[in-house]
Amino acid sequence: MIAFQGVSKIYNHTSPALEDATFEVKQGEFVSLAGRSGAGKSTIIKLLIGEEKPSRGRIFFGQYEVNKLRSGELPHFRRHIGVVFQDFRLLPTKTAYENIAFALEVAGRTQREINELVPQVLDMVGLSDKGNNFPHELSGGEKQRVAIARAMIHRPEVIIADEPTGNLDPFHTAEIVKLLEKINELGTTVVLATHDKEIINDLERRVITLDRGRVIRDDEKGKYILV
Amino acid sequence: MFTIIFRILKFGVKGFRRNGWLSTATVAITTLALMVFVGLILFGVITRQAVVSIQDKIDISVYFKNNTSEDQILSIKQSLENLSEVKNVNYVSSDKALELFKNTHKNDQVISQAINELNANPFQASLSIKAQRPEQYATIARYLGAPNLSSFIDNVSYAKNQVVIDRLARIIENVNRVGFTLTLLLSLIAGLVVFNTIRLAIYSNREEIGIMRVVGASNALVRGPYMVEGTISGAIAAAASLIVMIPAVYFASPYLSVFIPGLELSRYFMGNLASLLGYQLVFGVGIGALSSFIAVRRYLKN
Repeated sequence: MIAFQGVSKIYNHTSPALEDATFEVKQGEFVSLAGRSGAGKSTIIKLLIGEEKPSRGRIFFGQYEVNKLRSGELPHFRRHIGVVFQDFRLLPTKTAYENIAFALEVAGRTQREINELVPQVLDMVGLSDKGNNFPHELSGGEKQRVAIARAMIHRPEVIIADEPTGNLDPFHTAEIVKLLEKINELGTTVVLATHDKEIINDLERRVITLDRGRVIRDDEKGKYILV
Repeated sequence: MFTIIFRILKFGVKGFRRNGWLSTATVAITTLALMVFVGLILFGVITRQAVVSIQDKIDISVYFKNNTSEDQILSIKQSLENLSEVKNVNYVSSDKALELFKNTHKNDQVISQAINELNANPFQASLSIKAQRPEQYATIARYLGAPNLSSFIDNVSYAKNQVVIDRLARIIENVNRVGFTLTLLLSLIAGLVVFNTIRLAIYSNREEIGIMRVVGASNALVRGPYMVEGTISGAIAAAASLIVMIPAVYFASPYLSVFIPGLELSRYFMGNLASLLGYQLVFGVGIGALSSFIAVRRYLKN
């Protein structure tokens, strides 16, 4: 469902952000992208959601060839994906409820659906009582759960999480990873970028390891191994 | 389609409310810019009235030799009235001139006596001519200088007043030109100030725009609410600028009437309040919405 074919991204020539990356992700998989900061994890994610264009190579997502999408086509394409970021990226002027509803509103869903779905998802991430709070009134873990709720509410085919636990303590980290596993069990593909060794070792899922812009390992039941 | 429009309006109104300080600042700056704009309109009214009142004072008078018959003078008057440059011609017979003079000086014993001691009427019959525009007096004077007329004419006041009339004509022309340039320039500055304010407001929202893009919001849904906010700011500022101007105009109006006779600024202002509000709305809403439209564009690239 996702395929990178010889993808490179070069910002400056002395150290490419990503070099000749080739891999595939099948529907329903839970894939971790492992590696140090600067290894190329975020670059892969930016390329995958069309925020950046590759210098070389092709990127496929379902029927889309992402590297060829024009900026006017990106919004529609992105409704197939749910993205979770390290810094949460919630809209500060919207409440938790409105942030989640926003993903449905942009997709043109009816108010009736929104009224029905948002409380369900809020319940699923355990924030039923925080719907009317603004992001600055929530803790880090709560913000990230709102972000995940927003990422999953429109039932995307893939959830992409870029260091979702980077700003969280170990307790909330475990909580978020559990939530991602639960979403994966419901059939959604999950791509998780992290440098957290424990997360990867506990997951016992497929791990693509990156180092200095190159894919150095791709293990079916991976461990966090860096040479 | 309908839901999208409804949501754009809803997000716009909510955003305006929740970005309280930013919205207040934008409204305040736009109000100031629109006050400049309405000030320029009023300045135009004032200069126009000033020019009219000066133009009203300029005329040239033709004095006829005493042996010229009234018929001849009236036929010259007729021929002058046929000139396209001439606005109106006023005939003052010598008797009328005497009467006017007596009236003006009826409280002055010495002059009245002096006039009464004269047996003949010392005043000449005259025509006073007003041109459509001040620079046309030269043409009229040339027409009066033609040989077939000059035999009846004793003198033309234009020759004496030429310098003053020419200078007034130039001043009036310059006032109009400077006024127009100034209006253009200040409107441009006001527009740019508002544009920059809105650009800054949207710059401070660039991360939110990025988030909306990542969640899959279409360009219309990202841009629309900001344009709604710009529209609201512009509309509020349009009303506010006029409300602020009302006391200022009332205060200044009597002073201006002293300088420029026939100018009643407050009456003009209240009489044209609706159309002024219309201008302000067009300018305020236009600049608000357009600025938002342009300012958001650069954040919609990826």
